[in-house]
Amino acid sequence: MLRFVKEHMVDIDGVEVFPIIALLLFSVFFGGLLWRTFTLKKKHVDYLKNIPLDD
Amino acid sequence: MEQDQFYYDNITVKKFIYATIIWGVVGMLVGVLLAFMFLFPNLTYGIDWLSFGRLRPLHTNAVIFAFIGNALFAGIYYSLQRLLKARLYSNFLSNLNFWGWQAIIVAAAISLPLGITSSKEYAELEWPIDIAIALVWVAFGVNMIGTILRRRVRSIYVAIWFYLATFITVAVLHIFNSLALPVSLFKSYSVYAGVQDALVQWWYGHNAVAFFLTTPFLGLMYYFVPKAANRPIYSYRLSIVHFWSLIFIYIWAGPHHLLYSALPGWAQSLGVAFSIMLIAPSWGGMINGLLTLRGVWDKVVADPVLKFMVVAITGYGMATLEGPLMSLKSINAIAHFSDWVIGHVHIGALAWNGFLTFAMLYWLVPKLVQVKLHSIRLANAHFWVGTFGIVLYAIPMYVSGFTQATMWKQFNPDGTLVYGNFLETVTQILPMYWMRAIGGTLYLVGALIMGYNIYKTIRNGKPVTDEEASALPLVKISSRRQTGEAYHPWLERRPVRLTILATLVVLIGGVVQIVPTIMVKSNIPTISEVTPYTPLELEGRDLYIREGCVSCHSQMIRPFRSEVVRYGPYSRAGEFVYDHPFLWGSKRTGPDLLRLGKKYSDSWHFNHMYDPQSTSPGSIMPAYPWLIYDELNTTKTLKKMEVMVALGVPYSAADMANAKNQMELQAAEIAANILQDPQFAETYAQEKEQFVHDPDAFVPLENREVIALIAYMQRLGVDLSNALEPTQKETE
Repeated sequence: MLRFVKEHMVDIDGVEVFPIIALLLFSVFFGGLLWRTFTLKKKHVDYLKNIPLDD
Repeated sequence: MEQDQFYYDNITVKKFIYATIIWGVVGMLVGVLLAFMFLFPNLTYGIDWLSFGRLRPLHTNAVIFAFIGNALFAGIYYSLQRLLKARLYSNFLSNLNFWGWQAIIVAAAISLPLGITSSKEYAELEWPIDIAIALVWVAFGVNMIGTILRRRVRSIYVAIWFYLATFITVAVLHIFNSLALPVSLFKSYSVYAGVQDALVQWWYGHNAVAFFLTTPFLGLMYYFVPKAANRPIYSYRLSIVHFWSLIFIYIWAGPHHLLYSALPGWAQSLGVAFSIMLIAPSWGGMINGLLTLRGVWDKVVADPVLKFMVVAITGYGMATLEGPLMSLKSINAIAHFSDWVIGHVHIGALAWNGFLTFAMLYWLVPKLVQVKLHSIRLANAHFWVGTFGIVLYAIPMYVSGFTQATMWKQFNPDGTLVYGNFLETVTQILPMYWMRAIGGTLYLVGALIMGYNIYKTIRNGKPVTDEEASALPLVKISSRRQTGEAYHPWLERRPVRLTILATLVVLIGGVVQIVPTIMVKSNIPTISEVTPYTPLELEGRDLYIREGCVSCHSQMIRPFRSEVVRYGPYSRAGEFVYDHPFLWGSKRTGPDLLRLGKKYSDSWHFNHMYDPQSTSPGSIMPAYPWLIYDELNTTKTLKKMEVMVALGVPYSAADMANAKNQMELQAAEIAANILQDPQFAETYAQEKEQFVHDPDAFVPLENREVIALIAYMQRLGVDLSNALEPTQKETE
């Protein structure tokens, strides 16, 4: 019964690749983000943290 | 080096604070009125502009755009200046932002009760107001970016990234979802139809929650929580990960609003996967907010500002765990269309947005008027009344949601539904509606207490003036990366680049989701029996839109045994190809209407619209007497058909030429059917007699609005029924 609902997009060429691209894009982005963030210098992080408190 | 002297603009902030409180009370008041209309459906009997279907979008718009909208402008404009050590970029733009936004709210408050609506949730306002929103929003963005460019602080604090993402994404969402072709100044049709319209709408609807109710408030959390606790945010690194992953993932999750619908399966699965992934950044943010308070929990006991913040952040955590869970298909099967959704959104609105706004106001107003808060005790009273109000609102809605879902699905051993009459599932939950109405009232009472407290504080304080400040000017350094400078610190001092990158991140999600959907039209299986609406049905559909029927009735039968047995064959994507806009709905206070056509007689519908309780004893649907008496306006029918043709609906030249005749014939047939009821025929004759001296003032039955509405309702689902073989219908 679900066939109709689920499969009416299959005739777009290569539609199944979309979710995979999506996941890959995110994984690469997220990996890079983590690496960049955790290699930040502590001094700089402390400076940023205190911006709101510096009146 | 000499310090720059300048003034922070507090006047704009003050104006937005006033607007927040006033519109907040209005929005909540309408909400409470609506809650009581579930209990007394004819509370505003006969007053069309105070009917449930018209007030419901007024409530959502007032709370989201007027209350929360003004609060976010107040908070952003206050914090932005301090975080950048610069005055707002332009007084003109600040004023345009403030007065323009208030004018839009007033336009909404007038147009929605008049039934001027696109019917798309949280985007109901008609096209001229949509254009005004776009302009004012751009004024806000330019003002913010201009301020950033004039800053005296090298790096841009994380709160401002959230503000930037808010500006960009809301602009993109608003423009794409509002694309419509006008029929007149107050009427337009969405350029998208059916499945496509649904997907674009929920891509918007979901991300309006994300980028109007979440990201700006996360920015406010990252500023005001450290300020109120007087300590820096727990982990700045976590806030960076929180920001980028949140804006990246949120935009993909929209399809979870359309599970088990006629939307392609892969898009549904993608929406679910990304919804689950959302838990991580959301909870990262919540933990970051709560852990900022480590070591100052003793202060939380005494300080109402921190108390409000704790409940707000906890509410954020609850809602962002609940949301992804609700997007799991098996849970969604229970939650969707039920009161659970109402409970869920109110945890977000009342706890997260409402309480964070209250915390901000209690902290900010005394600062602006340079005096202590009038009464800590009243603020604490507000906190407890409000918290109790939230609990009393949300829990009954969860109970009610589960009760509805389980009653809708219960079968007898012989395969029939235990609660075949939908009404039984409504009367069962009325006690929950009572508790919800009381909970909502308590929350409103809390807001009124705050209004009084703030009023007294302002009275005791000094007049708000622009605040003198000084800071060292920013020394120009090369825009290139310095030796040894890491990538992110460099990005933090390059606001334009940061903005572009954030836009890119948001757009990737949008593109992956939207592009295949744009192709969907050519891929929807054509059902040859599905034909465009007749002119009278088209007018009836517009009345359905005007009266907000979609607030309580879905037109989407999911492929479940319980729904197919109750309503008829499940929905096909091809059924909706001429539906500009789609009317699938998101809530079933009443039953689904997709297969309503030919189920009841014209006379039944007529009586039902006149007095729902006469045909369905115990029903909580309000009466629509004005539809019974008012004359249908047909001056724009042809124009409407022309616009539909422009949107791809195949009305032929002959259809257009015969439109008037065809309308009259169809209307006459329905009127004749209704007049077969001898009792009504008698009443009708008496009514006509009253106009004997002024026969022109009498509106014949066939010319009345209700006839068009009945024509539309009798058409619903008929095409598909003709398309399905009798055996196919049985097996379904």
